[in-house]
Amino acid sequence: MNSYRNRPEAIQALVQDDRVHRDLYLSDELFALEQERLFANTWLYVGHTSQVPNPGDYWSLELAGRPVMMVRQTEGVVRVLYNRCAHKGSRLVSDESGNTGKFFRCPYHAWTYRLDGAPLALPLKAAYADTRLTECESGRGLVPLAQVAIYREFVFARISEEGPDFQTYFGEVLGAIDNMVDRSPEGRLTVAGGVLRNVMQCNWKMYLENINDTVHPMSTHESATRAAADLWQGHTADEPKPMAMEQMLPFSAGYDFFDKMGGRVFANGHSVLGVNFSIHSNYAQLPEYEAAMRAAHGEQRAADILQRSPQNSVFFPSLSVKGSPQAIRVIRPLAADRTLIEAWSFRAAGTPDLLFERAMSYNRLVFSPMSVLAHDDVHLFESMQRGLRAEGNEWVSLHRDYDPSERAQSTITTNGTNELLMRNQFRAWAIYMASGDAATP
Amino acid sequence: MMDAFDFVAAEAALLDSGRFDDWLALFAPDGHYWVPLLGAAQADPLSHNSVAYDDRLLLQLRIDRLKNPRAHSQHPKSHCQHVLQRSVVECDDKASGEMTLRTPFIYIEARGDDQVLLAGNCRHQLVQGPDGLLIRQKRIDLLNAQRVLPAIQLFI
Repeated sequence: MNSYRNRPEAIQALVQDDRVHRDLYLSDELFALEQERLFANTWLYVGHTSQVPNPGDYWSLELAGRPVMMVRQTEGVVRVLYNRCAHKGSRLVSDESGNTGKFFRCPYHAWTYRLDGAPLALPLKAAYADTRLTECESGRGLVPLAQVAIYREFVFARISEEGPDFQTYFGEVLGAIDNMVDRSPEGRLTVAGGVLRNVMQCNWKMYLENINDTVHPMSTHESATRAAADLWQGHTADEPKPMAMEQMLPFSAGYDFFDKMGGRVFANGHSVLGVNFSIHSNYAQLPEYEAAMRAAHGEQRAADILQRSPQNSVFFPSLSVKGSPQAIRVIRPLAADRTLIEAWSFRAAGTPDLLFERAMSYNRLVFSPMSVLAHDDVHLFESMQRGLRAEGNEWVSLHRDYDPSERAQSTITTNGTNELLMRNQFRAWAIYMASGDAATP
Repeated sequence: MMDAFDFVAAEAALLDSGRFDDWLALFAPDGHYWVPLLGAAQADPLSHNSVAYDDRLLLQLRIDRLKNPRAHSQHPKSHCQHVLQRSVVECDDKASGEMTLRTPFIYIEARGDDQVLLAGNCRHQLVQGPDGLLIRQKRIDLLNAQRVLPAIQLFI
């Protein structure tokens, strides 16, 4: 393997106009550099404020290898702090979630902190009187993440102080979160139903690419969609379907369907797949819910919100959003060849239970460790992780519908099977990775 | 009583020998296969999500998929082994013929060079069918259902 740390031009050379080098998926060194450069300098999804509803509630997680926690403050706001005692580095909390009361207390030496991380007290205080403690990091309490943005209750953070501000970084793709929230007539979502967690032995970029891969369902998912179609044979097209059938049958819609759904790319690797329609567009209508939406938003706006149901909106590099069903996937890279995927579902205030059941059912069918569909995806990701070690071809093809003029534009609307949606992710990857600047929190 | 204990053992043996159609025939028409995401703590399958919650239609779909040579994740094929502890009768309603048995288990699923090891309790809710016992619900409470799991390809 090459050494990339001090060779930005070597990293840049891995991402060509229409293909990428296998080291992006295989190199442990590039993964370490991703932790420093890509994930530290981009805005990562942390969680939803409804995970910490009450003052003192915390939710802990690892963000690009760093221990962090979302904490609801006494005055109601949500902060994101590093989960690290200022003294010797123990984590303040080791449960995933809970309530810490009015302060954090380190289990090791009983140093305490306010909910905002400010130091509160420590034993043998007099012994520190003539020391440099208060002048250094150890005296300053818990460290907040350098940058935090809460957008319609979705919490994002950036590890590095430097970089584009939140709105500039995400731009138009934020409309996907708007659409998801606006699907609640009361404009409020709550995380509900738990989180399905899947770990797979593949590079995280294979998963992220596949979220925009419209050509694989017909072959990858043939076994599941064939079984579904055979079981549903003999029923008429307009017959109400069991939810599992309603959600699975569209996967085999065909190349033309996926091409015509259209896609759009934005600067910084973000995308919306299914700008015209998607496999989620034809779920059974719910007249009472639609009436509630019209009452809340007005006729035209309600129609606009409900008509828009893209396949996936990617918030590069950590989040994929579906407005309908109301579900997100969070990509948590663990190593060059190990990736954790979380699938969360939401309950939208003022909507029928059926919408929540759709979100749970979809996650269960498609993203659960016992998914009916994902086994074949995961098998193929893990298969690529091994296959790429072959000699004679070190490149992964992303040629489909390549057009040299695409390099000159940042926002492009295109056909749904154009691999531009993936090329766009790798171009953003190269910019952050070749910048050569390690994170400077 | 012995019938029910034998039923639970025979049900696992059908899975372990890959006789999935025969296994599905053990389910009542309204039967469900349920792996709650909260394990034993979960009250119902609708207020919280599940690792799996299948009616007979979805079970049939999974079984049909496994028969398709293009079920890519089954190259190489998965094999499973249930190791069951003695069942405990939790409910035995003589009037209706319904019974609930709890069976602690270890489940091993092997595929290629990899093995998945799971442990937990299985709850069989059994009803009297025309030709003997049938499963109204097979509930599997995993020890650690909420944490990260690898792919589980067959049936626990």
